[in-house]
Amino acid sequence: MMNYIFGAIILISTICAVVTGRGESLAKGIIGGASESVSLLTTMAGMMMLWSGIMEIAERGGFTRLLGRLLSPALRLLFNKLPKDSEAMRYISMNVSANLLGLGNAATPFGISAVRELGRLSDCGDRASDDMIVFVVINTASIQIMPTMVGTLRQAYGSAQPFSILPCVWISSVCALAVGLIIAKLLNRVS
Amino acid sequence: MEMFIPLFTAAVVVFGLIKKVELFDAFTKGARDGIGVLVGIAPTLVGLVVAVNMLKASGAADMLCDFVSPAAQWLGFPEEIVPMIVLRPVSGGGSTALLTGIYKDCGPDSFAGLCASVLAGSTETTFYAIAVYYSAAGIKKLRHTLPAALSADFTAAVMAVVSVRMFLS
Repeated sequence: MMNYIFGAIILISTICAVVTGRGESLAKGIIGGASESVSLLTTMAGMMMLWSGIMEIAERGGFTRLLGRLLSPALRLLFNKLPKDSEAMRYISMNVSANLLGLGNAATPFGISAVRELGRLSDCGDRASDDMIVFVVINTASIQIMPTMVGTLRQAYGSAQPFSILPCVWISSVCALAVGLIIAKLLNRVS
Repeated sequence: MEMFIPLFTAAVVVFGLIKKVELFDAFTKGARDGIGVLVGIAPTLVGLVVAVNMLKASGAADMLCDFVSPAAQWLGFPEEIVPMIVLRPVSGGGSTALLTGIYKDCGPDSFAGLCASVLAGSTETTFYAIAVYYSAAGIKKLRHTLPAALSADFTAAVMAVVSVRMFLS
């Protein structure tokens, strides 16, 4: 997928620049883009390291487990056919809690184990099970308490209030999750 | 809202002290992981920031915007965020590149900048998540995974614009 997008962008831009006679500005765009992306990474580095460090403290103190326990009633409702003490349930709650805290690196392995367990329990072969679809929707709606990357970028580009967006982020991800879950549950019932 | 970060940080540290976490050891380990994340996205970001810059410098981005702007206007979306809505589920690095482009052109506190920020914060790289999880479990038939997940992404886009309009502008 990315191969085509990347290839198409470069091809289209080059043709467009040649036709409209903007070769010089295209050259500047290429060279500027390369150095710009690296300065972007360095401006983000400090904040990303700081936040990851703080979240590691929370993680070692058992914050993820605590959050998992708080979330378990809601998760039990969503995965009502799963045995409540199953391994799958435990992995799902760890994955969701880690995502909430913005610990993407920690969330992915839990998520992989969760989907594997769901596959074992439902015996669905190579077809996605109902629970897997619900799980993937929860992951793609990405409810995050603190979107570090966006906040850091906003700061880097001189925002007066980099984190003023937090309430809007929460509202829109909760709505996205709700709609995604409703559609997943409806289609689960139909098929 | 600006007090959220100091208060959250203090709360985590107090929590860590109560739970007898080796605070500084944990902090440095986490920070090292953080730099790992950045190093991981660096190659993608370089490639895609260059690609997005090429689109803009060549004038192709303007043409694309002219093309989608009637639809965007009809929906009340700032036209700058339309390419981002399309690219967001496909590529995390690509949408970050577009996001910084919007910040540079319109500013992070402009209407388009705010909408793009909320959109970026409230969605995930859907196709990536599906690929990682399903390939790990050997799933080949997606059934209705895509319609469900993409409807969530589209809702996030609509709600980003609606919530910014209600609370931030």
